[in-house]
Formats: sequence, structure tokens, C-alpha cells
Amino acid sequence: MRKISAKHLTEVIKREVIAANLQLGDDMIEALRRARNIEESEVGKEILDKLLENAELASANRIPICQDTGLVVIFAELGQEVCIVDGDFTEAIEEGVRVGYQEGYLRKSVCHPFTRENTGDNTPVIIHLDMVPGDRLRLWVVPKGGGSENMSALYMLPPSAGWNGVKEKVVETVVRAGPNPCPPTIVGVGIGGNFEKCAILAKKALLRPVSEPNPVAELQAMEVELLEEINKSGVGPEGLGGRVTSLAVHINMMPCHIASLPVAVNIQCHANRHREVLL
Amino acid sequence: MSSSHVIGLTTPLSVKDVEGLRAGDRVLISGIIYTARDAAHKRLLSLIERGKSLPFPPEGQIIYYVGPSPAPPGRIIGAAGPTTSYRMDPYTPRLLELGLKGMIGKGKRSTQVREAMVKNKAIYMAAIGGAGALMSTVIKEAKVIAYEDLGPEAIRRLTVDQLPAIVVNDTLGNDLYEDGEKRYQII
Repeated sequence: MRKISAKHLTEVIKREVIAANLQLGDDMIEALRRARNIEESEVGKEILDKLLENAELASANRIPICQDTGLVVIFAELGQEVCIVDGDFTEAIEEGVRVGYQEGYLRKSVCHPFTRENTGDNTPVIIHLDMVPGDRLRLWVVPKGGGSENMSALYMLPPSAGWNGVKEKVVETVVRAGPNPCPPTIVGVGIGGNFEKCAILAKKALLRPVSEPNPVAELQAMEVELLEEINKSGVGPEGLGGRVTSLAVHINMMPCHIASLPVAVNIQCHANRHREVLL
Repeated sequence: MSSSHVIGLTTPLSVKDVEGLRAGDRVLISGIIYTARDAAHKRLLSLIERGKSLPFPPEGQIIYYVGPSPAPPGRIIGAAGPTTSYRMDPYTPRLLELGLKGMIGKGKRSTQVREAMVKNKAIYMAAIGGAGALMSTVIKEAKVIAYEDLGPEAIRRLTVDQLPAIVVNDTLGNDLYEDGEKRYQII
């Protein structure tokens, strides 16, 4: 068994939540630059320039890209030959978030659903844990903003709806969201599974670097088709009109029940923050 | 958003100031503005219902929908971009009746809010969502004036110097989001 100390895990999470919020990934910088070249609207071009400038400034001045530093989502693939020692796995992660959000001057954005009282330390954290072969621990650290999450949706379609039904729902969800989720967005789409798995598939689709094509040819073609449809809407950067409403569509698909065709649309704003680490 | 048609606005705003603006105009706002988002709006409305005075008089003022991140040492404020505005829609018409003249946020407003803006002569402006680091550079002073317990949602008085925004809804009922989308739509 390979040992990973809870303390080390806390340090890594602390470091990564800060880095994720201060530094926009290269994949996103590149995607925004590409969008700048495609965009025809003058306002849209200016916005894309400002977003690139914002990313530079955030990194140089060490302040967050966006004030909504998110609810932290962690995807963890834990090798079955790894043993977490000297502490509790979940607590180690939450401590990393607690300390990272304090020391990194990040906004604490988690509260009670009804009283709206802030928990004060940005916990709890949403953790998705998968056990995998091997002796490594792979983590994705994803601070997710509320504005784009609010525009996300899940549909339990009848099987007869087929691809056209799925397409209609995805496009409708993104276009209806308009300016609200801070376009240009990345659209994570989950197809299949069941009610909760479909939503996780959609969120997990957002982890893929924006520059990477889908390794499954069938899905890649579906992504291209959806992106083209979405960008016909005219919503554009920040919803003020333009060609680039979304930068990419990412699909994850798996088999589902014979009675169902679940589809989930998880919208991600242009402050697409995700960090991957392998321990 | 620098361009040839940029209009300088200094708070507080008069009816004349807002009537002269049209959807699509770029503005640079200077002076004092107030922050408030979900929880603060709820408290403001509760004060109004009970006939109490507000932490700031709304006449001629601008509310900026923002919950900034904490200021690192040596800085005035952290990231401070706009939050999505529709969540404040249920509370907005009442504030407009009390003389609020402007709002800065992002995203579409309800029909009720748009009608209330026409009726009470007020405007809604969008700032660039997600450009929090950039927006922090135009904020010269920040002071919590109410509801400190709400943390990021506390009401802050900000002194801003040339805060860039674009007029979305004007006093004639125009909507830049609708116009912009139609212009680039491919049917």
C-alpha cells in the first residue's frame, strides 16, 4: 500500500484552490484568443479583449479572476492501493479549502439554503470519489460559480425524443440562459445514465481541457453540431450580441434504462477554473 | 469598454442624466455607488415595508450588484465584477419608486422591472461579468456601511473612478440584450 498523508492532501488542495482562482488555464486563454478572431461584433471583440486583460491582471496582481470564487467541487480518482494516513480523506480536503479560501483572500460563497447564513469557510465541499486501480490519487479541483450553475438543467426525455430531442434541449437551455451565465460559455452535456449520474457526466465533461477534442468520434461530431447550433443564436459575449455564445460543447455519454433518455446541461462561464493534480 | 461614444456619468444621477441615455451607450461612472445583492435587498425591502429609513437614501443613486472577494493586504478591494441581476428583480420596482436611478449588474431583467424603469425614469447597465480583477482597479474606496454580518453580501459604499458599463435598458423601454441577439441571430 502506498501512503498519502492527510496533511499533504490538505496542502495540495489549499494550493490548488488558490491557483485555480488566480490563474486562468492556458486552454481557456487560447480559446478566448480564438474567439476574439472569430467574433464579428465590435462590443463582443472588446469584451473578449477585456477578459484576456482581466486574466493577466488577476495573475499579476494575485486577485481572483472573478469575485465568485465558487463552491468547490472535487473529483477524486483514488487508486485502490493508496491508503490515506494520519487523518480523514474528506476532512483533509475540507481543511484545504478552509485554509485556502482564508489565506488566498477568496470569497466564501456557501450558505444555509433558507436562512442564507454563510458557513464562513466555503465548506462543505462537493466531493465525487471513484476508486480506480493503481497507487496514485488523481484530483480535479473545480471552483464552480453560482451564476452559470443556476442556468444548468436536467431533463428526463422519452426515448422517442432521440438525438433531435437532446439537441433541442441543450440549445434551448443555453440560449434561454442568454447573458446570465457570463458567455462565452463551455457547455457540459451528460447523456444517459440515470437522474444523478447524468448530471455528474455533464459536470465531468467540463474537466476536459477546452483545446482537446472528444476522443470518441461519434461524440466529437455531436459536439461540433451542438456548438454550431448554439452559436447561431446571436447571444454572443456577455449576451450583448455576437457570434461566440459558447467556446465549446463537451459531451459524456453512457447507456441508460430502456424507459429513459436523460440529458443534463451544465453551463460553465468563461472563468472556467479547473486544476488537475496527480499524487 | 473604450470606444468613441463613451459618456461620463457622475453620481448622484438626475432624471435628465438618465433620460439622455440610450440602450447601447457606453458609460464611465464616477462617484459614489452602493453595493447590494440578494440578502441585502431582502433586508432593504423589509425596512421599507416597516416604514424605516434605509442605510443610504436611494434618490439618484446607483446600486451595483456585487459581492466582492476579500481585499488582500495593501489593496482596497478584491475581485469585484457584477453578479446576475434577475435575482434582485422581485425587490427592484419598490426601490425605483423611491428614486433609485441606476443599477449595474449582468443579465436580463423582468418585464416588471423594465416597466418600472420606464415609469420611474431609471436605467440598467451591464458591466463585464467575470472580469472581477479588472473591475477592482476602478474602485478607489470601499467601506461597509450596513449588514457586516452578511460578509460578501454586506452593503458597501464604493468610490469609483470611470467604472465601465453599457446601458442595457433605458427610460424608453429599449433592451440591448434583445436587440444584440436579434442582430447576430442566424435563422
